[in-house]
Amino acid sequence: MNSASTSAASPSVANEGSSAALMSVQGIVVRFGGVVAVGGVSFDVGRRQICGLIGPNGAGKTTLFNCISGIYKYNEGDILFEGNSIRSTPRHRMAGLGIGRTFQNVALFRSMTVRDNILVGAHQLGKSGFIANALRLPFVRAEDERAEAKTDSLLDLLDLRKVAEELAGGLPFGWQKRVELARALIGEPKLLLLDEPAGGLNHGEVEELEGLLRQIREHFDLSILLVEHHMNLVMRVSDKVVALEFGIKIADGTPDEVRNEPEVIRAYLGESDDDDSH
Amino acid sequence: MNSNSTMTTVMPHAIAKPAVTPLALVGLAAGLAVAVGAAFWFSDYHLFQLTMVVVYAIAILGLSIVTGFNGQISLGHGAFYAIGAYVTAILMDKYDVPYFYTLPASAVVCAGVGFLIGLPALRLGGLYLALTTFALAVAIPQLLKHKALEDFTGGVQGIVILKPDPPFGLPINGDQWLYLFTLGVGCIMFLLAWNLLRGRIGRAMRAIRDRAVAAEAMGIDIAMLKTRTFAVSAMFTGIAGSLGAIAVQFVAPDSFTVFLSIEFFVGMVVGGAASIGGAVFGAFFIQFVPNLADQISKAAPGAVRGIILIIFLYLAPAGMAGLTRMAIRRLRRPKPTGA
Ligand SMILES: Nc1ncnc2c1ncn2[C@@H]1O[C@H](COP(=O)(O)OP(=O)(O)O)[C@@H](O)[C@H]1O
Repeated sequence: MNSASTSAASPSVANEGSSAALMSVQGIVVRFGGVVAVGGVSFDVGRRQICGLIGPNGAGKTTLFNCISGIYKYNEGDILFEGNSIRSTPRHRMAGLGIGRTFQNVALFRSMTVRDNILVGAHQLGKSGFIANALRLPFVRAEDERAEAKTDSLLDLLDLRKVAEELAGGLPFGWQKRVELARALIGEPKLLLLDEPAGGLNHGEVEELEGLLRQIREHFDLSILLVEHHMNLVMRVSDKVVALEFGIKIADGTPDEVRNEPEVIRAYLGESDDDDSH
Repeated sequence: MNSNSTMTTVMPHAIAKPAVTPLALVGLAAGLAVAVGAAFWFSDYHLFQLTMVVVYAIAILGLSIVTGFNGQISLGHGAFYAIGAYVTAILMDKYDVPYFYTLPASAVVCAGVGFLIGLPALRLGGLYLALTTFALAVAIPQLLKHKALEDFTGGVQGIVILKPDPPFGLPINGDQWLYLFTLGVGCIMFLLAWNLLRGRIGRAMRAIRDRAVAAEAMGIDIAMLKTRTFAVSAMFTGIAGSLGAIAVQFVAPDSFTVFLSIEFFVGMVVGGAASIGGAVFGAFFIQFVPNLADQISKAAPGAVRGIILIIFLYLAPAGMAGLTRMAIRRLRRPKPTGA
């Protein structure tokens, strides 16, 4: 993928308003044995932008998502975050860079309380080690108090106050998703990766989610990349949509542009445009 | 939900959870008073038993840190207990080091050994750690008997050490002092553990246990945290070994067979794996249930112990701590929220 650098230089249609891209995916190729899951995809996510990643099943969305979150290593191309390659960044350093995430089927710490789940999200903001904690030195106490205060405001923002001391594993699915969101947000991400945030939610909850995503972007001044099947949600909430099919990008632009792209219409032919059964 | 941003300003973290409730504080103070008072109420033999309860509580706490809180199974924590005991015995016997100075030495040695064992085993995954520690526990008595180490360890005979005298001319006897000294060290160890486990590091330990992938995404360096947790855990159990050696005034290889490790494991499970208070209950359990079993049946005390254990775990599958938590939840909220 020699075109990687040129694609980064040419600002994408929906990028106006943001100076330099926050994240730049440049000609990513991922192979599993003989299968090319992602075949050279490039796109940018600007600052404060909500970017939707769509495509039929098997298009390579999850694979790409896992590359950006550091779970998979890519074979070719590169991903730049604030101008730096994340190729050799260990997984536990991604949060520190400013990349937060949620998981497709929710990956909470089930036997911990909602409050503690959110507090774990603040781990990377802290510095205290074993000895300082065992002695509970003043700076450890201050660190903990800051995290607690942030947790409290997130509990309010996400309407989780009344379940704060409940075990996360015992909550209904929709609540667990909000806990996960809070856990990602407390780490002050610059880019929030959401893997099917609407999955498993009912109609009302999806509508709430839409408002919540906008609110989060305003409140925390961050960018969001979401992989989502729920077409209505993606089209309504995104500033920019990237469509994949068979590991190749087939469209990239505003929701209206992508909706009217012949390739996208063809790829989704037969699939309902109003796909809110998920 | 859109209106919630205003709520943030209306009630800025109104109900911050206190670290200790007043009731728990009163309970703790009362417990401590009883524990200190015990030094003057009980006869020397019973006091020795109570000293061993404190020792076992620290040992079980160590195991609970790594297994209960961090989810890494160790079947051989008796090995660290043995190492701690021998460090103290050798330093006192061969080098005339005062007993209290042997504790930091034992802590350093056991943490070091724990770190070195944890480093490769933890990277390979949970069951490898279980097997490695088990192998260590099996090997330890034989290592201690080995000819090459006999000059230090005293071989099969072991080492007899002197009973410490009460300091500062305190008007108490040796057993009372030994008990109070052990209790004091125990309190410090429990305080350190409580601090460690309730803060950033303790949360990270539990997060790894519950969902490692998510813990990593939160910025937790899993391999590093697990290895250090194992070292800390080995250190706690090692210090317990040192205190045990001082209390018994004797160490020998056959006191530290693999059964000791199993006893610690039983104590941890019975107390409730991820519970600080549970470690104390577990210690009482492994100290007194054998006596109880002996009284019930002289012929088959082992079988009686097994039955007691099974009945207990049937009634309290999450250990004593689980039972207590359930009771507290019931009391706080008559109608349990479902789901
Ligand atoms: N771990 C894997 N091993 C082998 N093939 C995989 C793996 N993950 C994904 N694939 C293949 O890569 C392609 C893209 O999959 P995926 O990224 O899951 O698509 P999507 O998320 O868009 O449904 C599919 O053909 C899938 O079979």
